[in-house]
This record gives sequence, C-alpha cells and structure tokens, in this order.
Amino acid sequence: MIIGLDVGGTHTDVVLLGDNGLEKEIKVLTDPSNLFNSVLSGLNEITSGIDPKNISRIVLSTTLTTNAIVQKKIPAVGMIVSSGPGIDPGFYRTNSHYFPVSGSIDHRGREIEPIDHDEINHIAEHLQKEGIRYVGVVGKFSIRNPAHELQILAILNGSFEKIFMGHRISGSLNFCRRIATTFLNAAVYPIHKEFYEAVQRSLQAKGLVLPIRLLKADGGNMRFESSIEFPAQTILSGPSASVMGAVAFGAEDEDTLVMDIGGTTTDMALLINRAPVLNPLGIRVGGYNTLIRSLETLSIGLGGDSAVKLIEGKIEVGPERLGPAMAYGGQVPTPTDALFITGDMKDGDKEKSKNGLNPLAKILGISVEAFAHQIIEVTCKNILSAAQNLIDRINSKPVYTVHELQEGYLVRPKHVLVLGGPAPYFARHLEKLCAYSIRVVPNWQVANAIGAALARTTCEVIFFADTERRVAEAPEENFSQQIDSNYDRTWAQQHAFELLRNKAVDRGANPDFLEMEVVEALQFNMVRGFNTTGKNIRVKVQVKPGLIHGYDQVIAKLSQ
Amino acid sequence: MLQAKHKTGLVFFPAFDWAISPTHPEREERLLYTQDQIFEEGLFDIEGISEFKPDPVTLKDIQRVHFCVPDVWHVTTESHFISAGGAKTTGMAVLDRQIERGFAMVRPPGHHAMRVVHGARGFCNINIEAIMIEYLREAYGIEKVAIVDTDCHHGDGTQDIYWHDPDTLFISIHQDGRTLYPGSGFPNELGGPNAVGKTLNIPLPPNTSEEGFLYTAEHVIMPILEDFKPDIIINSAGQDNHYTDPITNMNFSAQGYANLTSIINPDIAVLEGGYSIEGALPYVNLGIVLALAGIDYSQVKEPDYDPNRIRQTPAVSNAIEKIGETVLTIWQQREYIRNQIVEKTDPGNRNRNIYYDTDGIQESQHEQIQICSDCAGALRIDSTSSRGVHILAVHIPRKACNACKQTGYIWYESADPDDFDIIFVQDRTEDQYLERKK
Repeated sequence: MIIGLDVGGTHTDVVLLGDNGLEKEIKVLTDPSNLFNSVLSGLNEITSGIDPKNISRIVLSTTLTTNAIVQKKIPAVGMIVSSGPGIDPGFYRTNSHYFPVSGSIDHRGREIEPIDHDEINHIAEHLQKEGIRYVGVVGKFSIRNPAHELQILAILNGSFEKIFMGHRISGSLNFCRRIATTFLNAAVYPIHKEFYEAVQRSLQAKGLVLPIRLLKADGGNMRFESSIEFPAQTILSGPSASVMGAVAFGAEDEDTLVMDIGGTTTDMALLINRAPVLNPLGIRVGGYNTLIRSLETLSIGLGGDSAVKLIEGKIEVGPERLGPAMAYGGQVPTPTDALFITGDMKDGDKEKSKNGLNPLAKILGISVEAFAHQIIEVTCKNILSAAQNLIDRINSKPVYTVHELQEGYLVRPKHVLVLGGPAPYFARHLEKLCAYSIRVVPNWQVANAIGAALARTTCEVIFFADTERRVAEAPEENFSQQIDSNYDRTWAQQHAFELLRNKAVDRGANPDFLEMEVVEALQFNMVRGFNTTGKNIRVKVQVKPGLIHGYDQVIAKLSQ
Repeated sequence: MLQAKHKTGLVFFPAFDWAISPTHPEREERLLYTQDQIFEEGLFDIEGISEFKPDPVTLKDIQRVHFCVPDVWHVTTESHFISAGGAKTTGMAVLDRQIERGFAMVRPPGHHAMRVVHGARGFCNINIEAIMIEYLREAYGIEKVAIVDTDCHHGDGTQDIYWHDPDTLFISIHQDGRTLYPGSGFPNELGGPNAVGKTLNIPLPPNTSEEGFLYTAEHVIMPILEDFKPDIIINSAGQDNHYTDPITNMNFSAQGYANLTSIINPDIAVLEGGYSIEGALPYVNLGIVLALAGIDYSQVKEPDYDPNRIRQTPAVSNAIEKIGETVLTIWQQREYIRNQIVEKTDPGNRNRNIYYDTDGIQESQHEQIQICSDCAGALRIDSTSSRGVHILAVHIPRKACNACKQTGYIWYESADPDDFDIIFVQDRTEDQYLERKK
C-alpha cells in the first residue's frame, strides 16, 4: 500500500492507496507554526490499524522549504560568485554575504582568467569569522567547465558544514538563476535535513523502515537521501501534487487543462496525452527566478472565498480573500455564498449568504438570485480567460528552428479536469460558458494527496560534447570523458540516457519501467575559416513526469 | 534586481536548421554562441526585457516591397519568411507600445536585397528591414523613417529600395567600398532626383576603431537625424565591424557597439551581418541589448579586449573627419544639389549592372523615375538577368499623385507581353500587386 501526503495552507491531506483503490483518506488541520506535528498526526492517523509491513511507499509533499524561503526563516549563507565579462554579477546579489570574485570561463568552457586563491582564502576566513556554515559556489559557464567551482571547493573544504556548487544544481544555462538556485539550496539545507530526518525517525519508531520520498515542483519525486544534495527541489510541490492527481483522468492523445480551484487561488496546468507540460527553465519563488524544474502552471487570485465587490457598477471577484464565506460566518460576500443562493452548495447558512449579497444586489437593482448567477459567471469567465492565457503562453514559447516554427505542436485542449474544494459546484457553471468538456476529478477532495502518492521519480540530464575540444561532459552528473572526432549525436544521446538511467534509479525510480525521452538533441558543425573543425553537440534527456507503473487497477478503482 | 530603464523586446530566431551551405558564414552555428551568452546572462529574466516568437511574414508583405523573379517562392526559403517576420513582429510590438525598443536578432539578413530580386546577393534574398517598414507604414500610418545601417558592408539593397523615397532617410556607415564588398556606398550616391540627400553614405577607412565610429555617430549622424525628425529610427545592426571579424578589416568592439547604440538610440534594431561568431557576436549582441534597455554594459567585453591594441591612427581619424564634413555638407545643401541634378539631361534614367555574388547572377537594369514635385514619382524598371529572364516592374509609390499613378498604370498596361516574361505593378496607393505573364 502507498501513502501520499500533501500539506496545504489549511489542510493536510493524507491517503492510503491499495488493491481496493482509495483505502483510507484523512484531513487534518495544518498548523503552520508546527508542520512537523501536522505531518506526523496525518501519518499517525492514516497508519493506525495498518500493518507497517504492508506499506511499500510513502510520498510527502510539504510547504516546509517554500515557507522557509517566503518567510525568510533561513540561516546566513555565504555566496562566492566568479563571473568574467558580461552583466556585472553585483546585480545578481542574493544575500548579504555575497562575494563576486575573479576567475572566468567562456561559453565553450575555456579558461579566460584563473581564480585567485588568496582572494578565496580571505573570503573563507571572513565567512568563518561570521559563523557561516553553508556556502554556495557559482561560476559563469561552470556547466561547460566546472574547474573553477571545484578549485574553490578544494580551498573551502573542511571549513564549512555544507558547500553547494552551481554546476551540480542544474545543467541549464542561466548564471543568474544558477546563483539564486544554489543560494536557495544552501539556505534550506539545514531545516530540510533536520525535518525529514525527524520524520524518518518517527516512522522507524512505528516500524516503518522504508525510504521516504519527497514530491518536487516538476510532478515527480525523489528519495529523501538524494534530496539532501538538492533540497530546494522540494519547493512549491503543492501545485504539482494536484496536477499529478488529475493525470490519470486526462484524455489520451489529447490535451487537457487541469484547474485546481481553491479558496484563495485557482492553479492551472496543462496535460498533453496525460503528461504535464513543464516550464522550460524553472520556478519562481520568493522573488527568485530559479533553475528548479517545475510544471508550467498559472495561478490567479480567484477562488471560492475571494471577496466580491462592486466597482463602478461592475462585479469584481478577488484577488484578495478576506476570510471565509458569509455562509460559514465570514464578513464579506464570496462566490461560495453565490453557490449557496443558487442551491449548488447546501451545508452552510444560506440566510447569511443572502443577507450578505442583498445590499449589493439592491445597488444593481436586481434580485439576489440574479446577482448570485452574475457573480458565478464573472468568476467562471475569469478562470476561463486565465486558462486561455496559459494556453497562449505555452503556444507562444519561442522556438529556434525553422522546423519547430512550422511543425511545432500547438496545444488545443478540449477537456478540463477540475479539483479542489468548490470544484464540483463550479463545474456545472463552467460547462455552460465554454466549449470544453468539464469533468470533476474523482476523489477531488484528496486528489492532491493521491497525486503525490502515485507520481513517479523524475529527473533530467543535460549533456554536451565538443569534438574540437575533445570532451563530452555532463558536469551536473560529475561526468567528463575524452572523445575523438568521430563522436556524434547518436553517441551523445546514448551516453546521456545511461547517465539518466543511473541518476533516476539512484533517486528512487523503478529501473524496469523508465520512461525516458529526448527533449533536445542538436548537433552543429563548427567551421573555422572554411574548414570543419569539429562538432558541437547538445543533448537533453529526461524521465517524463507521469504515474508509477503497476497501479492501473488501483487508478481504475479510483474512478468508480 | 536588474531592471530595464526602457522596456525592450527581442525576437531571437537563430534558425539552427538553416544554412546557405555547410561551411558558409551564414550557417546553423552562427548564433549558437550568442544564444549561449544571452541564456547564460539570463537576459530574458531581466525585468523589462521580453522575448517574442516571430510570426512569419505573408506573401503580400514581401510583394509590398519586392519584385521577385520569377516569383517569391523561387528566391526565398521558409527561413526568410521567418527572419523578415522577426523584424515585423518586433516592429509591431514597438508600435503597439508593448515595448519601447525592439531588437530582431534574426538570420538570414537582408540589407543587400534590392527592389528587384533575381536571387541572393551578399547572403541576402529579401530585405527584412524594408518589409518591416512598409508593413508598419501600411498598418500604423507612420510616415518618416530613418534607417541607420551600421553593418560593415554598404547597405546597397536598402539604398536601392529607398533611393527615390523622400520620406525615408537612409544613412549607411561602412568600410570604404574600394576595399570591401559590395564596392559601393560613396558620398556621391545621395538618392534619386525626387529624394536628393535622403540617401547618405559614410565610407570609413579600414582599421576605423571605437573613436571613429562614435565620432561619426555623434558629429554626423545625430545632427542629421535631429534635423530630419523621423517618426521612428531603425538600426540595421550588422556586427562585422568587429576587430575579430573574418571577412572585414575594421577595429570596432562590443563596448563600441553598445555605445553606438546608446548614441543612435534606435526604436528598432535588426541584426544584419557579423561573422565572428565566437569572438564578437556573443558580446556585441549582449552589449546592444543592454544599451537598448538602458542597463549598465560596462563589463561587457570580449575576453581579449584591449582598446590600445585596436586604437585607430591619426591618419584614419583625419580621413573620418573629412568624410563627415562632406556628408554634412551634402545634407545641408540637398536642395541646391537637387536643382543641379534636375537640370542635367535625362536625370530620370539610369542604367545599372547588379551582381548577385551568392547566386552568381548578373542583372542589367534600366530604371526610369518620373521626376515629380508632388510625390516620390512612378518608377519603371526594365530588368534582364543572366538566367535569361526579362521583366518590367512598375512601382507606384505610397503617396503617388494622380499623374504618377496614371503614368504607372500606362507603363504597366501598355507594355507588350511579347517583350517581357513578366510585367509587374506594385501599386502602393491601393496596397496591391499585379502581374501579367507571357
């Protein structure tokens, strides 16, 4: 049996999946000041009366690292950044102990300027004096040649508790994001490590000795042990839990929109043939653009509890939430109140909703019922127009070849899957306003936890080869190999797949069912003068986000 | 947090699957290292800098500018539609006020493509700036346009297209035509009789460095632009004046290009040539974008940059000052020069031979312009190529007077189909394009 747990802002949802489908589901209130208790009480309740031996997998999605960053509850970090020509690295400052240093590598991975050992030693002394224990080391173009980051590491080693190097964080180009991502990893490292070690100890005390897995923002998971080197990948896993909970119900060979309608926000994503669309670079969190792989999502400040106002005679819904719906004792009318008046929702105080909407309906000179319908219509239309923005954003992603521009896939979803608190009540109204077929995700109240439980282990490998320089490298994987001039894209793809397989298995993937795919494979002839001097090869491969193998029957039972 | 002072938009289209031939300078690899640099710098993450996906241009967009022989499909590839579309997309974003400034970092280039196109010249098939400008004129009603061509090669295609247009000021600075392709671009090439002084050529001696380019921009180009008062300024931003460029002989730099961009302050820049794909383009492109956006570019330097090593000699400086004076004089005395030209016998006719180096075609042209004080004048081009195609092309300008429009149609309708393979008319007053074939 599998446990999936998703910590949300209000509730922590936990599910137990087994041969009968959804064997057990639990909601506990999230205590933001004590996440550990929230997680533990959720796990305690779901496992009570279950033999620990029957549990084969536990996947957690928490707000631990996200909250730490957004609330800036992070320890002091030292950042050492070597740049070279280009934009002044001072502009990329992430924190106060941030030191641009000499040393430069170019786009081919050639050394332009060496690092200055004395300079690094001085900074190391300073950081130690300041009591700093976590350090990030980042070089421009370090993913083409990590030598400078490694040299700096060698100088620092032994003086700090943990050092993160930019080239191990991501294989993508983007110095600014590499700096921010390395910083975030260093910043969340201690709380992440402490928290999950504690969770693991508690589970062991209950006889649950299996590696816990953590959900990532890209809709995949990894083992806790692997996450120690990349703790920031657990940031913003919440939206991906919901999307993965919808994946199984997406249309085959067609595009499907996923809408997670909550109290405060609505989060949207897109599935192509049951695989979520990924963001090309990485997620944005706490004001930082990062290289943390994530789903392409769009979030709007509009949900069941959004405040309803009249502005110059026009109905506006959101973006702020000013407490719960009036039906539940709130002070401000909301779309949820409108759903009470239309009779969609029933388990609250309809009279309170009516009293709340009445004054505004009077201003408009219409009945409270008509006003309720208008509120729902405005809400649905705003959600649908945001969905169109997401589709446009995905379709307007620039491409760099004639072939892609002409033949590139354009998403055209026909179906929408809705989940989240008020989802089923909105579904009927959404359907009237659009051409999509709307379906409520089965078990929509806990689909997020189901998504966390069933998500597979994902990762990517970015690989490049330069036959003029005679190197094939994937610095993120600590891989570097001498190659000869015959080396080509086919070889590169094969090597990249080998690295990907090892990485995925190491992080917890099932080696028998690895769904690997090529994301990009480019080969350029390098010509100097009028002679071809080599080939420049760039390959990117990934394990496609999706659901784990062997649970088709469980999923089939979920839809019943 | 880095923030652009001026909202700047880019179309980046490196056409990674398109080349003239595998080892040609205009090949797949050309913008590869530029991509590496701008991705690594995180250019598109900067607040106020955005990237646009290009919409290819339409057939009509091309026919608004060119006479393609025998038709558009024979002289273009999809990549040309996209690269011109990149310029158009950029221009639209600027005029829609989505952005203040735009840069179409696209390939293949276009500034050697003339009004009549029998094939490719100087790596160019269709003129991507002209296609953009004429679309913008049609769609947004802009009138006065200035084009500053800072490619190392004379922008002879753009010059040809705007030779008779008094509303378009074309200024080209380039390496002296006696030392470089296409061999033209001298100060005495100053526009047709209806547009005297609206074409200005500033040939610079080989080994011109930062000092010379920036002097010319400040003391020659800027005063003329201020005087002309264009609605928009376009920069044909070739990057082959760089000291590492393999096919030219200049000594310009990334710092220099960024400064030049700051001075000229174009609304829209369009990439033209530049073939030092590792040593120059990554840094020059970055410098131009930062300059457009109004972001500090003081650290954008080539790894081997040494301003002392590339500094120009006093002799070069003197020659540049002289050429600058000549061009300023032409601009100031353009009315007087026009009167002199119009008094010459047969000022409306010219015969030319045009060589298409990329495709190895020889074209001979007889051109007749209606000298007119009310409009840009109807234009009649009788052109024969060494491939044996003989065409007649009639251009009726955008704001043609009735007389010139009538003349244009008389030329078109009275031409004997037995004499020509194709007879074209480009009627810009109606934005229509007609042709008759044998």
